[in-house]
Amino acid sequence: MTDRQPTRVAAQQTPLSQPYFDGCNVGELRIQICPGCQHGQFYPRLLCARCGCEELAWQSASGKGKIATYTVVRRALSKAYEAPYVIALVDLDEGVRMMSQVINVNPDTVASGQRVTVCFQQWSEDQAMPVFTLDEQS
Amino acid sequence: MKNPVAIVGWGETALGVVPGVTPLELTVQASLAALKDVGLQRQDVDGLVSCNSLVQPIMYHAEATAEYAGLNPRHCLTVGTGGGTTYTAVRHAAAAIAEGLADTVVVVMADSMRSFMTREQAMVVQASAGHPAYEQPYGPTVPAYYALIARAHMDSFATSEAQFAEAMVSSRAWSALNPRAQYRDRVTVDDVLASRPIADPLKLLDCSIVSDGGAAIVMTSAERAADLCEQPVYLLGFGEGHAYEHVSQAQDLTCSAAVQSGQAAYRQANVGPADIDLAQLYDCFSPALLIQLEDLGFCAKGEGGEFLQSGATQPGGTLPVNTHGGMLSHCHPGNPGALFGLTEAIQQIRGTAEQRQLAKVDRVLLHAQGGIMSSHATLIVGSSQ
Ligand SMILES: [Zn+2]
Repeated sequence: MTDRQPTRVAAQQTPLSQPYFDGCNVGELRIQICPGCQHGQFYPRLLCARCGCEELAWQSASGKGKIATYTVVRRALSKAYEAPYVIALVDLDEGVRMMSQVINVNPDTVASGQRVTVCFQQWSEDQAMPVFTLDEQS
Repeated sequence: MKNPVAIVGWGETALGVVPGVTPLELTVQASLAALKDVGLQRQDVDGLVSCNSLVQPIMYHAEATAEYAGLNPRHCLTVGTGGGTTYTAVRHAAAAIAEGLADTVVVVMADSMRSFMTREQAMVVQASAGHPAYEQPYGPTVPAYYALIARAHMDSFATSEAQFAEAMVSSRAWSALNPRAQYRDRVTVDDVLASRPIADPLKLLDCSIVSDGGAAIVMTSAERAADLCEQPVYLLGFGEGHAYEHVSQAQDLTCSAAVQSGQAAYRQANVGPADIDLAQLYDCFSPALLIQLEDLGFCAKGEGGEFLQSGATQPGGTLPVNTHGGMLSHCHPGNPGALFGLTEAIQQIRGTAEQRQLAKVDRVLLHAQGGIMSSHATLIVGSSQ
């Protein structure tokens, strides 16, 4: 008898988002940059949501940013998630905001404004996802 | 409004835990109760606007309701979400009447999240608020999304967990007066703070309840309304605001599109926050209520916590809020939640709200939002045109 390991929610992927998820698997956080207005965009789209340009380029982001806001989830979404875990909105230095987890941290020490750096965690057999760790706070 | 419209009837089903009745049957029961209230017959209904059930969805929900109840509407519309869409559906019904699509429209919403929801559906509901590629994988729950907003408000305005807790204190102060409310025990700030942590800073008693139940209203032209009932409830103003869908895309976490929604409704009704006798707001989670108080102009931005702490929203206060108990205590079957705000407003305007009755209720503001403070609608109704 084998216990079926509960699985975390897998990211829904499309051909358009392929560069993003491929990037996650090689340790690169890729965001779209608009050549028309220089606007960095997350999540990836068909067009620049600001100026409408449809010729978007991919760029590898620094992976550095800060916590805009966060929560410590005490009651997990499912058995695949082990509470407590920290969900944050992270403002990347490139000017885009994304949701992620802050890992390897005592949840009670997390605060908005803290600097974080991306790392990649194996989410399923074939997909890594970007998560963040706290920088050493000065 | 051009071609003014009024609400002439209201009805509700049994509320709270109602295991023996399907969501569709609740929809029918609420509709019949509303017709009985105004003294109209089933054959008088020529328009039906309903909200689909989350737990037992039907592709053509309004048509299925009409089929079950033996109604013959010439206009049917099924909406897929509650929240702000509840009042958008009411506004749509008014437009349908004004345009001649129908003369007598029933707007009905019912569901059975408490008794009929499967474990799988509960997971789907929890996950559905997020982006399937860029949010859901990280495991946010619905309270967690609102917790992100609550934390941002605490960071920006030094709002405290004790101030969020006042939302439930106020809700229970009202629901204690309402025999139909699901939860009626009064609570203190300390009770809320000591309740089970869900997603910091939110605790169990910062979160709305899960219920079965339904509500319905009957709408017709203001001209006809005067012949049908003693105290029609007139639609005076309406507004919408839609800032984003996913919370990670919010431009501003602490100020919502309730600002635009409220301003448009005030403008159309030609009133301001000071003219409102009762506010029926969307209290799915305590921070949502607090931010609406600010964004709708009842207090300044950043002062929602102090406003709640002052007791203004409680019995005897300057701005009674959710006199039925709201979704924190009265009834929250999912999508239909905001419609109970309207059925309560009708009772308050008619003077039939029993122990909860306010002294003077001429102008009521109703606000609801869906998503994570994403999609907003504001309705202003009154005792006169
Ligand atoms: Zn652009």
